[in-house]
Amino acid sequence: MEYQFSNDKPIYLQLMDVFKVAIVSGELPKGERLESVRDLAIVAKVNPNTMQKALSELERIGLVRTERTSGRFITDDEELILSMKNEIAEKEISVFLEKMKAIGISKENVIKLISDYNSDAK
Amino acid sequence: MDSILDFKNITKKYGKKTALDDITLSIPRGSIVGLLGPNGSGKTTLLKLATGLLQPTRGEVLACGFKPGAESKDLVAYQSDKVYLNDWMNVNDLMNMLNDFYTNFNKPKALDMLKSLNINPNDKLKEMSKGTKEKVQLITTMCRDVELYLLDEPIGGVDPAARDYILNTIISNYQENATVIISTHLIADVEPVLNHILFLKEGRIVRQGDVDDVREETGKSIDALFREEFRC
Repeated sequence: MEYQFSNDKPIYLQLMDVFKVAIVSGELPKGERLESVRDLAIVAKVNPNTMQKALSELERIGLVRTERTSGRFITDDEELILSMKNEIAEKEISVFLEKMKAIGISKENVIKLISDYNSDAK
Repeated sequence: MDSILDFKNITKKYGKKTALDDITLSIPRGSIVGLLGPNGSGKTTLLKLATGLLQPTRGEVLACGFKPGAESKDLVAYQSDKVYLNDWMNVNDLMNMLNDFYTNFNKPKALDMLKSLNINPNDKLKEMSKGTKEKVQLITTMCRDVELYLLDEPIGGVDPAARDYILNTIISNYQENATVIISTHLIADVEPVLNHILFLKEGRIVRQGDVDDVREETGKSIDALFREEFRC
């Protein structure tokens, strides 16, 4: 997992984004046990309180669950993971389309460019 | 949550010059605090008052529940912004001296940290570079098992790789009831590690709060906010 923080958003939200991507991509497989807050904080080079907050928020939206005495785990709920995946994809697409709009390319042209790009890559 | 450091209406004057002007603050236990401000804003004075190295002109300081003195000094580790180590010693001598001097010096941990930073315990301090001496000095501070660590410009002179290691040490050292206060100009480097900030300007606190709350509120990093607040 790559941690790089931008300046415009709270760090705990950015940590959540990193975890969401890792979960939907399968880098953190469903049902996997997470490391301790302190170890995760050291790897991410963040304050343990901030990491704690990010994990609590992930728990609140159901991507992570805590089992007393045995620690924190990634959810087993495949449907939830899939809907999170779609949510992330939609967000990325909207950012991308905004940029295309800014340089004057319509959605239809974008679709054409993407399919051309694919065939070029082959 | 109880507080580990309390300032009540603290004023500190050096002759006619006012270094701190009627400051009241309360630092909760278990936080990593960034003490930020331009040169001459009173950061070092604030830390020295907390250790008892300076006496306030007016007001009251409580560190770990005590007025700065013998009891608080056992619970507070202070790192000066100057290198004060005796040049004629080698690192081993220094570790032994500190081990004798402090009841809570963790020598195995110190030796371990020296090894991670590739510092030979038989090297004489006289023969070390400024940055290496700063690393040694920081190890001597961080290896005391205390409740409050006061670090005055601890990472200014060390290279970025060692800086990362030192910040890691601060995070991994972190315990729920231990508190670290760091004064530094290298805000971008320490920002993710902090959870609380204090902005000092001309002896007054002009902003304080939780780092992520400040980011949420202003849409800016602490580093960007600092540059804005203290633009020359």
